[in-house]
Amino acid sequence: MDTFSARPFRHRHLLGIDGLSAAEIGLILDLAEGYVEQNRQDDKRRAVLRGRTIVNLFFENSTRTRTSFELAGKRLGADVINMSVDGTSLKKGESLLDTAMTLNAMHLDALVVRHHESGAVQLLSQKVNCAVLNGGDGTHEHPTQALLDALTIRRHRGELKGLTVAICGDILHSRVARSNIALLNIMGARVRVVAPRTLLPSEIDRLGVEIFHDMKRGLADVDIVMMLRLQSERMNSNFFPSVREYFHFFGLDAEKLARAKPDALVMHPGPINRGVEIDSEIADDIGRSVIQEQVEMGVAVRMACLDLLLTKPDQRNES
Amino acid sequence: MPSTLLKGARLLDPWTSLDTVGDLLAVNGFITAIGADAAGQAPADAVIVECAGHCLAPGLVDMRVHLREPGHEHVESLAVSSQAAAAGGITSLVGLPDTEPVLDDVALVEFITRRAQKVGLVNIYAFAAATRGLQGKELTEMGLMAAAGAVGFTDGTRAIADALTMRRALSYARTFDALIVQHPEEPRLANGGAATEGEVATRLGLPSMPAAAEIMMIERDLHLVELTGGRYHAAHVSTEAAIAAIRKAKARGLPVTCDTAPQYFLLNETAIGDYRTFAKLSPPLRSEGDRRAVVEGLKDGTIDAIASDHAPQDQDAKRLPYASAEPGMVGLETLLPLSLSLHHDAGLPLLKVLRKLTQGPADILRLPIGRLAVGAPADLVLFDLDRPWRIDVGAFKSKARNTLFDGHPVQGKVLRTLVAGRMAHIAPEA
Repeated sequence: MDTFSARPFRHRHLLGIDGLSAAEIGLILDLAEGYVEQNRQDDKRRAVLRGRTIVNLFFENSTRTRTSFELAGKRLGADVINMSVDGTSLKKGESLLDTAMTLNAMHLDALVVRHHESGAVQLLSQKVNCAVLNGGDGTHEHPTQALLDALTIRRHRGELKGLTVAICGDILHSRVARSNIALLNIMGARVRVVAPRTLLPSEIDRLGVEIFHDMKRGLADVDIVMMLRLQSERMNSNFFPSVREYFHFFGLDAEKLARAKPDALVMHPGPINRGVEIDSEIADDIGRSVIQEQVEMGVAVRMACLDLLLTKPDQRNES
Repeated sequence: MPSTLLKGARLLDPWTSLDTVGDLLAVNGFITAIGADAAGQAPADAVIVECAGHCLAPGLVDMRVHLREPGHEHVESLAVSSQAAAAGGITSLVGLPDTEPVLDDVALVEFITRRAQKVGLVNIYAFAAATRGLQGKELTEMGLMAAAGAVGFTDGTRAIADALTMRRALSYARTFDALIVQHPEEPRLANGGAATEGEVATRLGLPSMPAAAEIMMIERDLHLVELTGGRYHAAHVSTEAAIAAIRKAKARGLPVTCDTAPQYFLLNETAIGDYRTFAKLSPPLRSEGDRRAVVEGLKDGTIDAIASDHAPQDQDAKRLPYASAEPGMVGLETLLPLSLSLHHDAGLPLLKVLRKLTQGPADILRLPIGRLAVGAPADLVLFDLDRPWRIDVGAFKSKARNTLFDGHPVQGKVLRTLVAGRMAHIAPEA
């Protein structure tokens, strides 16, 4: 691993894409490529993290991300424990640092945290001695999602630089969008956001995106269409009048997708709401949709992140 | 007859624009002589304080302090709040009604007044609740509470949101010539926002409110002031639009006043940094343009007063994810040096800055305090105008340490604070 020793990953935690360099992102993706191959073998397990303990601490429901991190840890040979904390049953936030301190005393090597509040993972990282990986905090960041999206794109297009990517849907409440906007900008892609005005955060253009309110214009000649999940709790809060109207203007169907480049990839962080933000026909079209592949890349990217954060450089060079 | 002669001070009085070197004599809690003849009138047993040319001004009047007693004495008792105030050169403060229980009843106003006299160190006044339980629905017994000593009525950090309730509050309060203090924030529009809408909140993914939530409530209220003639005070104004609206309302002669706090003329929203919960305030920190507008509002007199908006919080209340953390910062011990930055750095005349801290609030509250005049209470602050130092939370009297100004370099230090002629605070430097 010459690339690794030449470009060390200098971070103790993975709290967000913001703060990573293009070289560091490249390093994670390069390493993940190897794990994609490993995961396709019969023997998927390596001893890279043998003896290490990883806890998935989830304050918010998640099946996919938690399972993906769990598999990633186990395939690297670590012991993985899942902890779900029901945020509503405890006094808000109080459990966060208490739980962190308790876990810290158990000599963990890594903590994967998902929390419903922005900044919660960073706060927790200040109180523990182990590596902390952000599994999604509020509407702030979800770095491994952006990394797995980048890996998916890179495997199809070679590189991200110069591509035009449209991120569509509920940008306002999306940590996936924020992490992707940051990553794509760092890697030299052009980013568009397409959404009704109610679902765009203010001054989003300052983050390096072009704003569209019309899907057909927003998708014109793009290389990548990233759809976002519309959370059900947004559906009755006057962000838009009805699912029917939302799908009409902002749902991805064949007609709108026709504006994108003929070979444009369709992505979605899942789980998808069929007929809300995306038409089933497109979601299931294996010629266009890479949604299943994103899930596969997720495990590999999380293995790469755990590997980089938990393996000391000298150990890596020896192996 | 206890008496104190303060010799060789730079005497500063915002009321008369007095700014001269001389002596001041305090006898029995009142100022009895100022200037050349003060020394001659001093009794033989007078305590003599050599002031060495340092500034002697009326003690500061802080018209917005979150008291934690009753209810949360573990965060800050009335005694500790008083000590912190005295250390900050504040001789009179006004507590907000958002204690536990809420100060919405005559008996509670009497309780606070009694406790304050017992604790004693500085003068403690109270704003009582404008509506029962701060619920924004039923008016409190304003007349009785005013008679018991309440100097105004407010729902604390909750806006009186209902237009009809606000109309009645202003109208009824006018019966007793009482002041209504508004937390100017349209709550539905604010929607629980923890930061001001814009790039910072968007990057951090924080729930945010538009700056317009402030002007919307103020403009509505100004219409109601016009309708009722009630005396209206907008607390801690922080946006350019709100200040412009108040400027116009004043020009039209409406009975409207406002204050701000040092955090709003010294900091902007970038102070949030990486979710520093000490930066979580109510109202939230604003843009740089708004910060500058606050400085302008202070310069041109639109903003009448500077209050600390002292809000002590314990660690548990701040060691939380940003949106869940309690708002506010402590400010009693930093009010004077932070405000003096307006003189040192922003070009405001010293007397003008002092006026915002003394005469300004005293006028709004209609209290005969905050002046350097014969017959006035001997509530005084002696301070070294130029001394550079760094704010150090470790030296605070407050147990609470929630301020963004720890380590902040400032110029101007309180040396002594006298309340009714008694030494309430003597700094180690004095």
